[in-house]
Amino acid sequence: MEGTDLEKIVAVLKEKYEEEILHTEMLYDFPTISLKKDKIIGVIKHLHDHPDTKFQFLTTLCGIHYPEINQIAIMYQLHNMVSNQRVRLKTYLPVDNPSVATLTTVFAGANWMERETYDFFGVIFEGHPNLKRILNVDEMIMFPLRKEFPLEDQIREDKNDSMFGR
Amino acid sequence: MDNQTLTDHIYQPGEKQYSYLNLGPTHPATHGIFQNVLKMDGEIIVDATSTIGYIHRAFEKLAERRPFYQITPITDRMNYCSAPINNIGWHMTVEKLLGIEVPKKVQYMRVIVMELARITDHLICNAVIGVDTGALTGFVYMFQQRELVYEIYEELCGARLTSNVGRIGGFERDFTPKAWEKIHRFLKEFPVVLKEFENLLSRNRIFMDRTIGTGSITAEKALNYSFTGPNLRAAGVDYDVRVARPYSSYEDFDFAIPVGKNGDTYDRFMVREEEMWQSMSIIKQAIEKMPEGPFHAKVPEFYLPPKEEVYNNMEALIYHFKIVMGETDVPKGEVYHCVEGGNGELGFYLISDGGRQPFRLHFRRPCFIYYQAFPEMVKGSMLSDAILTMSSMNVIAGELDA
Repeated sequence: MEGTDLEKIVAVLKEKYEEEILHTEMLYDFPTISLKKDKIIGVIKHLHDHPDTKFQFLTTLCGIHYPEINQIAIMYQLHNMVSNQRVRLKTYLPVDNPSVATLTTVFAGANWMERETYDFFGVIFEGHPNLKRILNVDEMIMFPLRKEFPLEDQIREDKNDSMFGR
Repeated sequence: MDNQTLTDHIYQPGEKQYSYLNLGPTHPATHGIFQNVLKMDGEIIVDATSTIGYIHRAFEKLAERRPFYQITPITDRMNYCSAPINNIGWHMTVEKLLGIEVPKKVQYMRVIVMELARITDHLICNAVIGVDTGALTGFVYMFQQRELVYEIYEELCGARLTSNVGRIGGFERDFTPKAWEKIHRFLKEFPVVLKEFENLLSRNRIFMDRTIGTGSITAEKALNYSFTGPNLRAAGVDYDVRVARPYSSYEDFDFAIPVGKNGDTYDRFMVREEEMWQSMSIIKQAIEKMPEGPFHAKVPEFYLPPKEEVYNNMEALIYHFKIVMGETDVPKGEVYHCVEGGNGELGFYLISDGGRQPFRLHFRRPCFIYYQAFPEMVKGSMLSDAILTMSSMNVIAGELDA
């Protein structure tokens, strides 16, 4: 049953955006599709309007930093409340210049979610109406959820965790 | 920064002038630390700018340095009005990642605890709507009932507000006879009080005049703003995670999802009111159908053994050490789990790279997502209505700022 969900969504995507799809898989109970970043908003709009998918609810949006591949992923979770289908879309951006078009043109609720992602990962959402920090202070110079940002003070000497492989 | 950009405008002669009002950050009527700079035309709000983040505690970053079981106390501090829902939601996320099947009894126990938490959450919200319309009596009266629920929590896990209830795989102990006694006492006393509270407000002329038609939002807009929970249901959309994506055996229970029509303050109040009745009915059903069985799953790698065994049993000691030091292997994977929190779909998006702590943990916090619609909801209304709109949206600072 689960597999057909993913196949159905992929079939809808292939109608118009076949060359955008990088990778598809089921992660636990969630169909996940990786896409190229250039037409991501077009893809989401297509899924939003297409009668077979109608993903008209944005559940959440967040960033993920992968230091090994030097990329930041943006994860979108869409939901069709009528057929109770969900999909996760991922797009990868280079860390040096992470920018992607804004989703606020489709979902008003993306506004603060994108601001949060900008705040923590430094992702620039092009065309966002008010892209500035939301939870951290405006004067902050780091993007704290990137992996290079240390959680603890690195010069502390009173705490030795080497015995525990930390 | 926001205040400056709003107020730095230089007026030309003859130009209409607006006044700017700082509602917050510490205003007694906002029940938490929220700042709203309101652009006022007399008593009418023309525009609002919200500044949030006053109690931001970097939970998502903190979680990247903690073993799974140490993240539970973090989740407490998000929506602290219904902390057990957050705890159990997190436990279920980890169980999903690890592929743990919990016994039926645990699922029913969880349902009882989560519904008690939902009642306290809605109870506070509705009582506070009463306060903001000038009816303090109901508030004090309802808080006595919340105390009864907190005593139940205390009996279950030893804590009251930030409960840290349960473990990965189940509960730390079975419900004691004392806990059952307290649950039954609550089930007996609460309906009477809730009925009285409802009589006090729901058909009260002053209350109705203050709440009907204020802070309303249409279903289309609410969906576009990614609303969930009672606020979405008040706008007329019957979306409830408990039904749409049943977890913890919610499919076994018979309950209704109340929906409103206009999405205004009164509808939100009534939806929460009815949900409390439904929660009571779910708890009663769960007690009736409560199956026999163990109160935790058999997952020694993740479930702390009882202390007596740790001192007398080799395996228990090893597992205890491994759990406390966070040395148990976990599978790699990406999992999203959502529960119906007090305010809507509370989601946990967990990426594990096989290490002791999550590679990334993202909380879908319903408050954070729907609070951005606040300026739009108060535009054109009176200042006093803005306060009422905010309290009826049940914006919890801890969940908002993470």
